[in-house]
Amino acid sequence: MAKMTVARAMVEVLKSEGVEIIFGIPGAAIYPFYDALYDSDIKHVLVRTEQAAVHEASGYARTTGKVGVCVATSGPGATNLITGIATAYMDSVPIVAITGQVNSSLIGKDVFQEVDITGATAPFTKHNYLVKDPKKIVRILKEAFYIASTGRRGPVLIDVPIDVQLQEIEFEIPKEIDIPGYKPKEKGHPLQIKRAVEAIENSQRPVVCSGGGVIASGASQELQILIEKQKIPVISTLMGIGSIPTDHPYYLGMIGSHGQKEANLALRQADLLIVIGARLADRALGDTKITDNMKIIHIDIDPAEIGKNVDTNVPIVGDAKQVLSEINKRISERKDFWAHDIKAHKKVLIDDDKLHPYDVLREISRAYNGDYIITTDVGQHQIWAAHNLYIKEPGTFITSGGLGTMGYGVPAAIGAKFGRPDKEVISITGDGSFQMLLQELATIKREQVPIKIVLFNNTRLGMVYELQKKRCTGRFIATCLDGNPDFMILAKAYGIESMRLESKEKLKEAIEIMKSHKGPFLLEVVTSPDEPTIS
Amino acid sequence: MKYTLSVLVENHPGVLSRVAGLFSRRGFNIDSLAVGVTEDPTISRMTIVVNGDDYIVEQVTKQLNKLIDVIKIKKLNPKEAVERELALIKVNANSQTRSDIIQITEIFRANIVDVSKETLTIEISGDEDKIEALIELLKQYGIREVVRTGLIAIERGNKVISKSKSEEDE
Ligand SMILES: Cc1ncc(C[n+]2csc(CCOP(=O)(O)OP(=O)(O)O)c2C)c(N)n1
Repeated sequence: MAKMTVARAMVEVLKSEGVEIIFGIPGAAIYPFYDALYDSDIKHVLVRTEQAAVHEASGYARTTGKVGVCVATSGPGATNLITGIATAYMDSVPIVAITGQVNSSLIGKDVFQEVDITGATAPFTKHNYLVKDPKKIVRILKEAFYIASTGRRGPVLIDVPIDVQLQEIEFEIPKEIDIPGYKPKEKGHPLQIKRAVEAIENSQRPVVCSGGGVIASGASQELQILIEKQKIPVISTLMGIGSIPTDHPYYLGMIGSHGQKEANLALRQADLLIVIGARLADRALGDTKITDNMKIIHIDIDPAEIGKNVDTNVPIVGDAKQVLSEINKRISERKDFWAHDIKAHKKVLIDDDKLHPYDVLREISRAYNGDYIITTDVGQHQIWAAHNLYIKEPGTFITSGGLGTMGYGVPAAIGAKFGRPDKEVISITGDGSFQMLLQELATIKREQVPIKIVLFNNTRLGMVYELQKKRCTGRFIATCLDGNPDFMILAKAYGIESMRLESKEKLKEAIEIMKSHKGPFLLEVVTSPDEPTIS
Repeated sequence: MKYTLSVLVENHPGVLSRVAGLFSRRGFNIDSLAVGVTEDPTISRMTIVVNGDDYIVEQVTKQLNKLIDVIKIKKLNPKEAVERELALIKVNANSQTRSDIIQITEIFRANIVDVSKETLTIEISGDEDKIEALIELLKQYGIREVVRTGLIAIERGNKVISKSKSEEDE
């Protein structure tokens, strides 16, 4: 056993967990950890605000399937992480967040830069720790990675007082982790699986609603086998986009208040709904009432999600991949696809001289043929992207689905590019969202992260503006973004190439320029404020 | 409906606040919550009385189960459990009322644990109904203060709640 400081031991555990990259900002309460990091091969990305560190870790985690790691100092550093942690929690993204804390002996005295971050984040972390005993650090860190990355994944926070970081310990990595209160259940109950098979085979109009859980468990292939055998139309939640290719003949689109007509129609006509890895929250269901004559099968790794929002006839707790492959073993083949008429109900887009957002998104899809990772922000542009982009592979459409956090898109794209340098990463954003974390342009510049940013500039907080137009008879308040910078000059200030697109004729050319550019690129698309979210 | 949940948790600081926080955050009503360490010093046991319907109890149980520090949860059937609460009741007493109060106390098999010129303090243990009944009777004399521990409960017979998670409780 080697003797070393806690800070050093922390770095050793990160290495043993295969961590290659950390996002963060240092401070006095975390300096020993940073000092230990100096001697390691782990890459550290200096962000410009801590919220971006979590979002970057999140983009990294969502593209690699690994745990994303971020670090902050005590007090203000830690509180700046909060929005990002809550975002990761809502979308079940595995994150380990490490924060420095004031000296143990001063905890609870409101000293300089002290904040009760474990208390503050308890509601939206999967678990969190305040490390008081230096001897426990190694086990705690290992547990944190285990908890973050298993079962329903999510963020775990570890708060380490500065004096604890400086203490010496005997370093030894425990072989096994045994947490008595944490035993995620991956295998579905055989009887329930049998009941599910029967329910599917006996249904006339089954529909699968696919959520983020399908992507998280890597169950896309199993899902495809099931729906092709049984000819079941698939609708998805925002988080589930990409769980099956959006050009699949059985895919009808996203459901909910911001969803696609076809998808909602299928939901209304179904006699059996198979929910997989989705919460079916208020926004996903929209106006659709689940009626008594619709049966529901709900598959989820988190038992607490089943029966929370809708009553379930066949609950199955387990990992989507495992459960689906069990179902597939037993399920028969069906002859007909019942939703032909719905699928035929194609959307008509306006064909005029104006440059519409869907034109841009469809042109991007065409030019790249789906060979990209997309991240989005929150607003109209997010819904435009969800409806119009071609998403080919699971995990390539990354958005803040649960919390709806503006500012998520660009940092998530940075993290995604670090995770998958081989992939083109495109961030679709709005002028409101972009300005929430645009300081990350500096991180892009410093690290030369070759991401593409497509910025829809409607000089509005578009989605809220649209709401005011509909609900407040045009009493617009606080939704006009007068005072936007000239985004071309802004990009230039950060040394980032850019282009403004204002007309339809230039569309193809602009996308070509963006695509062929090697480094980071900002494409500003000038959009009418009156463009509707759902066309 | 009232339900009694017996919850085994790791005996760590902060666990109580996590549990209590979960209730307030999710809008569940706790009627009472009593905690103490078990025969195993690394484990504490909480007895939680919740008010609600089947849906609420199921949600409470599932959400509690998500907490990493929660080892096991069992819903106790009141018919198959011994339930007790301890209460201290300080009641006005003068020379005319004193003997009546003492009589009532005896009928309830409660104890007088403190006496002053103007008050008597009564200790009673029992199920909730018994305590309510005593409080109701003492009201006429003027109750100064009541302190209650909240319910604790244990299953009758040789059944025990053990640390290992078994299928049926999930
Ligand atoms: C951090 C945060 N603050 C506020 C909101 C509320 N909100 C939702 S959409 C939206 C407008 C987004 O504007 P923009 O990014 O320009 O996108 P657009 O809708 O114009 O495409 C706002 C303010 C939010 N989701 N997140």
